Amino acid sequence: MTAAEILSMAAFAEGRHSQAFPSFGSERMGAPVVSFCRIDDRPIRTREPVMAPDALVIQDVTLLHQVDLFAGLSVEGFILINTSQSFDELGLGEFLRKFHRHRLVTCPATEVALQQLGRPLPNAALLGGFAALTRQITLDAIAAAIRERFGGDTGERNVAAATAAYGLVVREEEELARATPD
Amino acid sequence: MTTQPVHFYQVGSFAVGNRLLDDSDQTVQSDPRRSNSLDSGHRACQGCGEALGARYVLDAAMRATSGRLLAVNATGCLEVFSTPYPETSWRIAWLHSLFGNAPAVATGVAAAMKVKGKTDVRVVAQAGDGGTVDIGFGCLSGMFERNDDVLFVCYDNEAYMNTGVQRSGATPPAARTATTEAVGPEPGNVFGQGKDMPRLAMAHGIAYVATATVADLHDLEDKVEHAMRLRGARYLHVLVPCPLGWGSAASDTIKVARLAKETGLFPVFEAIHGEITAVSPIRHRTPVEAYLSIQRRYSHLFGEHGRPDIVARIQEIADRNIATFGLSAKETDRGEKETSA
Amino acid sequence: MLRQIEGSRAVAETVARCRPEVVCAYPISPQTHIIEAVGAMVKAGRLSPCEFINVESEFAAMSVSIGASAAGARAYTATASQGLLFMIEAVYNAAGLGLPIVMTLANRAIGAPINIWNDHSDAMAARDSGWIQLFAETNQEAADLHVQAFRLAETLSLPVMVCMDGFILTHAVERVDVPEQADVDAFLPAYEPRQLLDPDNPISIGAMVGPEAFAEVRYLSHLRQLDALELIPALASEFARAFGRESGGLLHSYRTDDAETVVVALGSVLGTIKDAVDLRRDAGERIGVVGITTFRPFPLEEVRRALSGAQRVIVVEKAFSVGFGGVLSTDVAMATHDVKLSLRTVVAGLGGRAITIRSLEAMLTDAVSDRLEPVTFLDLDLEMVHRERARLRTVRRSGPSAENLLRDLGAVASRIG
Repeated sequence: MTAAEILSMAAFAEGRHSQAFPSFGSERMGAPVVSFCRIDDRPIRTREPVMAPDALVIQDVTLLHQVDLFAGLSVEGFILINTSQSFDELGLGEFLRKFHRHRLVTCPATEVALQQLGRPLPNAALLGGFAALTRQITLDAIAAAIRERFGGDTGERNVAAATAAYGLVVREEEELARATPD
Repeated sequence: MTTQPVHFYQVGSFAVGNRLLDDSDQTVQSDPRRSNSLDSGHRACQGCGEALGARYVLDAAMRATSGRLLAVNATGCLEVFSTPYPETSWRIAWLHSLFGNAPAVATGVAAAMKVKGKTDVRVVAQAGDGGTVDIGFGCLSGMFERNDDVLFVCYDNEAYMNTGVQRSGATPPAARTATTEAVGPEPGNVFGQGKDMPRLAMAHGIAYVATATVADLHDLEDKVEHAMRLRGARYLHVLVPCPLGWGSAASDTIKVARLAKETGLFPVFEAIHGEITAVSPIRHRTPVEAYLSIQRRYSHLFGEHGRPDIVARIQEIADRNIATFGLSAKETDRGEKETSA
Repeated sequence: MLRQIEGSRAVAETVARCRPEVVCAYPISPQTHIIEAVGAMVKAGRLSPCEFINVESEFAAMSVSIGASAAGARAYTATASQGLLFMIEAVYNAAGLGLPIVMTLANRAIGAPINIWNDHSDAMAARDSGWIQLFAETNQEAADLHVQAFRLAETLSLPVMVCMDGFILTHAVERVDVPEQADVDAFLPAYEPRQLLDPDNPISIGAMVGPEAFAEVRYLSHLRQLDALELIPALASEFARAFGRESGGLLHSYRTDDAETVVVALGSVLGTIKDAVDLRRDAGERIGVVGITTFRPFPLEEVRRALSGAQRVIVVEKAFSVGFGGVLSTDVAMATHDVKLSLRTVVAGLGGRAITIRSLEAMLTDAVSDRLEPVTFLDLDLEMVHRERARLRTVRRSGPSAENLLRDLGAVASRIG
């Protein structure tokens, strides 16, 4: 939930409306824990879960083949997966062909977190990667939200993780642009 | 200041009044200026031990706190007979909420006094045995555990009397009640584990736990005063015979209470932070028959189809109490009690 | 101050600004964040003077509140679902005694089967208790209603419960303008009790009342709740003037002026319904929404007026009366009994099942074509139900139905739509 929450705070920092909430699905073993975030320039009224996401951030790859995580995701959508493997290595190569290739990135967020925080908590890094991928939110806003949420040294380290991941995704995007000019 | 005539009744020794004592040693009850917290006009049965106990306790508490007292009452005989709409016989501030929540309500009252800075105003909560050891137990334990500044008084008449004499967790073995009838191979209440509420209170380590009966007014008043000198959770367990439920003569209430103590069936003691510090010794060791035989709730143990075996088991309980609590008196010239309270 | 904040937190901060003097805490999902936040404020000295009491059960929580309130302190607590039921004796007691306790009810389903997610069955279980029941549509309204609740409770000497959807609101992080202390102080004066446990003026509170006066005592409570029908709009207006936004009131209407179809609901689902209704309006349909904020006392007159122009009324509710049908629907039916319209009950969102725009859309299409049954359970998996019924017919020792259904559903299922 924290990642969605921080994202919503970042959107708030930019003067936008935002709503973040956890899923209400059954939390049996194996069921994914999902959180949602909506960002809009107008007040957000609806309370339904996000049925047709514009972007998907997958924190835990072990869920990939257990549940249909991609249900409802538009072909224009963005996907950010926390992994140091490639899409092909994850077995997603074929499936992801229907999406825009430059909107799909992997990011070793857990590793980045281990480097910057010393702990395998990928949230901040994923948010940095998200900012770079979608450009829907600035890294500055993410940083501000992280600092407000965590404060002190922890906040700074998390900002560093976000920044590092941001840089990684930017580079990955650049490589993609060079590889598939369109 | 108006005075009212007070009648002193001679009911045996250690009576209310005892005019030969120094003023300061006289009981609150002998004082015409006592609060009369539970005033006359209530609907209690003739000889009700609980009415007596409540009056004794609250008048003593009112004096100890100079009248700065709030009372919380659980549902039960006391609440019902003291407040028949539209009358009340309470002269003190009094709140009745539910059956099982007197300790919690009292916690709330005490918290309100604390937050308002009214530290001189004290809180007494009171309930029968049902409202204490059964339905009120959870809340009582919570109040003890938090050490809320409440004196909780249990008037124990050993059954749910108000609803027609049904068995409670405090009903002693073999006693007849409407839900433990005197029929079958084990007539009356079963010989279970019992629920030693005073010792359960002691197990919480609270500042003060004491037992008392309506037979010894000085002792009861002293204990209330001692309790009110302290802060935090305190517990007082008072044995109050019920002539109706126990089947004893209305005029025997004090005698029955005294016999409960003198047989050893109801140990009278004080405990501070979980350790017994004073015991009221038995003056005249008495066999349990003397106590049981004058109560019709035990009549099935005697007579043609009597159960001397059950009486013997009850005697064992008494003997065990006497040994455990050290209730045997050291005889002194004047037969004074050996309490260090 | 405008903040991006979790609903529970917004409520906690607002409640703290109402200066409660005795707060009782017993944990139950999904209200725990509220009570934890208040507790932290008390411990840090940010809310003072306040006695924060960790009690041993919900029954104790309401009982401690009763004692505190009767002794003159402003009392507050929060609960949900099972906790509300556990304290129900004390809930009725508080209302009967006329004590202005305020409680947050983080709406949650009542078991069995045990379920921690949102629906309105808990609030419905207390609807006859004599408590005033207000339902928040958003976290902003949830926060605001608490400020109004204390004032309402203390003016009328009646307890008030502020209902907010568990998880959906309590755990949602969104924009809330948390009221400033000075503004709350100006709106909410110190608690002046009608009855007080006071050693200087001793009274007896809580006497027994027999047949000769019981009806009159109860009728007085009824009249006091009816007084709320006037006081609530007045307070809402005063609140709007003081804080600059609309919050509370008896009900609000959305695009109902020329509506043929009106959807009625309580709580957060109104947001989703309004989005669904906007889509249909865009397509030219004449449809509107009535959101009821004050459920008890039920504003019969206002509801009647709000719905009297409609041809059909769809009550979407998160509760039902087993063996009968809707709960809110019954109240709405009573309000409109002499209005010629067709009333339909749609039971949705039970046990936290998401109410989606897609499902609402399909339901509304049926509704405007008058194809809806009198009572519909939205998104019900009838096949699953029939399979279990078949199982029950074939073998006596059929086992717990709940477990059978879960097994039927499969080991992995996140039912989000």
